[in-house]
Amino acid sequence: MGCPLSKKFTFRGGVHPPHCKSQTEHSRIEEFPAPDVAVIPLSQHLGAPATALVEKGDRVLLGQAIGELGGNVSAAVHASVAGTVLSVRPFAHPSGRLVKAVQIENDGTDEAVPFEPVEDTWREAARGELVNKITECGIVGMGGAGFPTHVKLLPPSRKPIDTVIINGTECEPYLTDDHRIMVERVEDILTGAQIIKKILGARDVFFAIEDNKQEAINIVSNKTVGSRYNDIKVATLKSKYPQGGEKVLIMALTGRQVPAGGGLPMDVGCVVQNVSTALAVFEAVTQGIPLYKRVVTVTGAGVRSPKNLMVRIGTPARALLNACGVDVGGAKKIIMGGPMMGLALSDLDVPIIKTTSALLSLTESTEAVRKYPCVNCGICLKVCPLRLIPSRMAKFVEKGNFDDAVKWNLMECTECGTCAYACPAKINLVQFFRMGKNKVLAGRAAEKKKAVPIKQGAT
Amino acid sequence: MSTEESSAQTGGAPAGGADAANATKAVRAFDPPFLHLSTPPHIRSNLTVSKIMLAVIAAMVPALAASVVFFGVEAALLPILVCIVAAVATECVANLILRKGQTTGDFSAVVTGMLVAFNLPPALPLWMAALGSVFAIAVAKMVFGGLGCNFINPALAGRAFLVASYPAPMTSYPPTLYGSVNGLAVKAATATDTLSNAVSSATSAHISTPAVADSVTGAAAAAADSLADTAALAASKLAAAASSVADTVSAAAASAASAIDAVSSATPLYVIKHVFAMNAYRPNDFSPALKDLFFGNVGGCIGETSALALLIGGIFLMLIRAIDFRVPFAYIFTVFTLFWLANGTGAFFTVESLITPTFHILAGGLFLGAFFMATDPVTSPITPLGRLLFGIGCGALTFTIRKYGGYPEGVSFSILLMNLVAPLIDRCTRPKIYGEVKKHG
Repeated sequence: MGCPLSKKFTFRGGVHPPHCKSQTEHSRIEEFPAPDVAVIPLSQHLGAPATALVEKGDRVLLGQAIGELGGNVSAAVHASVAGTVLSVRPFAHPSGRLVKAVQIENDGTDEAVPFEPVEDTWREAARGELVNKITECGIVGMGGAGFPTHVKLLPPSRKPIDTVIINGTECEPYLTDDHRIMVERVEDILTGAQIIKKILGARDVFFAIEDNKQEAINIVSNKTVGSRYNDIKVATLKSKYPQGGEKVLIMALTGRQVPAGGGLPMDVGCVVQNVSTALAVFEAVTQGIPLYKRVVTVTGAGVRSPKNLMVRIGTPARALLNACGVDVGGAKKIIMGGPMMGLALSDLDVPIIKTTSALLSLTESTEAVRKYPCVNCGICLKVCPLRLIPSRMAKFVEKGNFDDAVKWNLMECTECGTCAYACPAKINLVQFFRMGKNKVLAGRAAEKKKAVPIKQGAT
Repeated sequence: MSTEESSAQTGGAPAGGADAANATKAVRAFDPPFLHLSTPPHIRSNLTVSKIMLAVIAAMVPALAASVVFFGVEAALLPILVCIVAAVATECVANLILRKGQTTGDFSAVVTGMLVAFNLPPALPLWMAALGSVFAIAVAKMVFGGLGCNFINPALAGRAFLVASYPAPMTSYPPTLYGSVNGLAVKAATATDTLSNAVSSATSAHISTPAVADSVTGAAAAAADSLADTAALAASKLAAAASSVADTVSAAAASAASAIDAVSSATPLYVIKHVFAMNAYRPNDFSPALKDLFFGNVGGCIGETSALALLIGGIFLMLIRAIDFRVPFAYIFTVFTLFWLANGTGAFFTVESLITPTFHILAGGLFLGAFFMATDPVTSPITPLGRLLFGIGCGALTFTIRKYGGYPEGVSFSILLMNLVAPLIDRCTRPKIYGEVKKHG
């Protein structure tokens, strides 16, 4: 049964930005030297930041937990080098904010805590034990959002999961980190996928790959046919952005739609995990290795030696840029992540975090100032994978009419940037949506605050 | 309070509007060591508004060429150039007065100018053509904030303004260079020249109805002797129409006026409407005119003359997806269907029953309106269903005006009316979003 599915999956809408992957798609992953000083933010995931477990002056070992879960939706954080804690204080974070981080001076010994895999083999281990190990190891979604993996793996019992989707689509241009691990570590990923399947008790596992990564498709397909991985179905998808978006991928593969208004994939019986996450799950469960390093693609125009690097979390971005010969002076933008959803860096000393898939140097910038008005052409609506009406939402936000913006589904937007990419008027749509969402959320928070004392007064 | 919020705002999400503006300043002052900041995406497609406008201009070239072929350089090309220049100049001046940045680089004024000219009769006084353009840009577009903010199609507003201000010149259509007045009495006029002479003398002298009828009949009869059957048939049709007008002596004055109009500004739609009104309508009489209508050897506005040329441009725009196929398709299909249902033969599945609807979609400004004006994205709905409804609405209104209204042609008014309800249509046709289907409770 395990075999590549012959059908090519896709979705309605989307855009075709140039792939720009050729620079690094054949470059083997290289181990990048550990930094002299690692800055490890306590918040590298969605949800509550981790609580620091160490103080200034403590000696920590490689892989030692330095932050524990700060809430139900949170993730543990581990030291990526062995050495002395220099400080625990706010540091510049890729998001542009200051986030509390643990600064560790590397003593160069790489002395590690003993990594303990689950006691039995994973096939025999209890589900709870597996999830605990994953929680302990601080695994989060490594595709970009950083949703704590253990939360996804513990759906409430009234929401049974029948489908696991391993996301190897990598629809963002330039990125090749997922591609390379699929090529180089396919068996580990497949085992990781089976662990996830076991935990969730799912029936189907789809391994989703876009058709611009034929090498990965071949390798994964060969591995799944007639092997112990034959319960995993390889699904080829048309290369189109944002094919790898969770909601889009679920729709393309299963035809199901995650409910609007805050629904989660688990509401439709699906869990989507990135290939990097599956690999991290494999390492955590079978080897006990916490998430303290990841693959980062360094590429873009004007990069002398583009590479895929295995990097310790907490390594400053500048170290990678220098090592790959990025001419920072000649670059217009340095992006952390892909060009469609990545963050433009203002500070090159921000650390690589669990969700950093790439560092890009772009020598061309987008229009900073709006050049044309919206002409209502409707292209944004045509490309929006969620069938929203971006131009209308942006107009409402621009006019400060947040109620109408919400009525026109502002809060559903996943900020994938497809509309802004396609817009012929070059309107910074995503910026409007972020602004509008923040305003709306701030307004709701303020309302809640107001509402509480009234309630207390009444009772 | 609000300033606090907005400052927190820009802190939260990198690069607000001010940031973006600063970025450009910074570039000029300090480039290259400074990095740009912005929200994603950091790459953009090559498509721009200017490119869309250039595509529309390119798509209008076949129709422009047809207009020059059929009406000549002086009567067609000159007004087009004047309108373009007037439109661009008006936008320039308006931007200066309003102290806005120049926007002529988006080429939308060129499109509007061309469309204004396309909607004018050939050989209209050039100052009138220019005035139409000025009105279109200044009043219908710039007053409301320029491109993207106008609520009605500027070119059609310009035309409506001219029709209201100068009804006579705006409804007198000279023949094509190959002698067509109306696609029916095609070559009669040029062959004998009597017809047009008679008409002009009739118009100037305001002579009595029978005289007009007589001279027309005479001309037609003379033509019938010497010309091919197409022309002859049609000419005699017109003659019949005219003489039946003459017969109804009771409404002598009114009839005289309409008889004069029938000749001096007889567009194909005018003829069919009046022949129909006089119960003298036989579809087969009109079938020979279809070829002329298709290729463009008919009287009418500058740009609307050749259905073929407009079709080429429209298909081009649909292929490159600059316009949504839904609008023209729904529009033309609706007009066709409604005229097929009211085809005047009482039958629905005969070849004859298709003549009336075919005539109506080829004649007048339907193709021009459907492909180039109803599709104006600014003034049409944005939702797919909305665009379909918009096209159907345009079609139904055009049918109503042509069939029951006071004007022989209804395309421009239909589109203008539908422009007004476009926002309402949008509001009522918001597509179901992803995940909305299963939303409950």
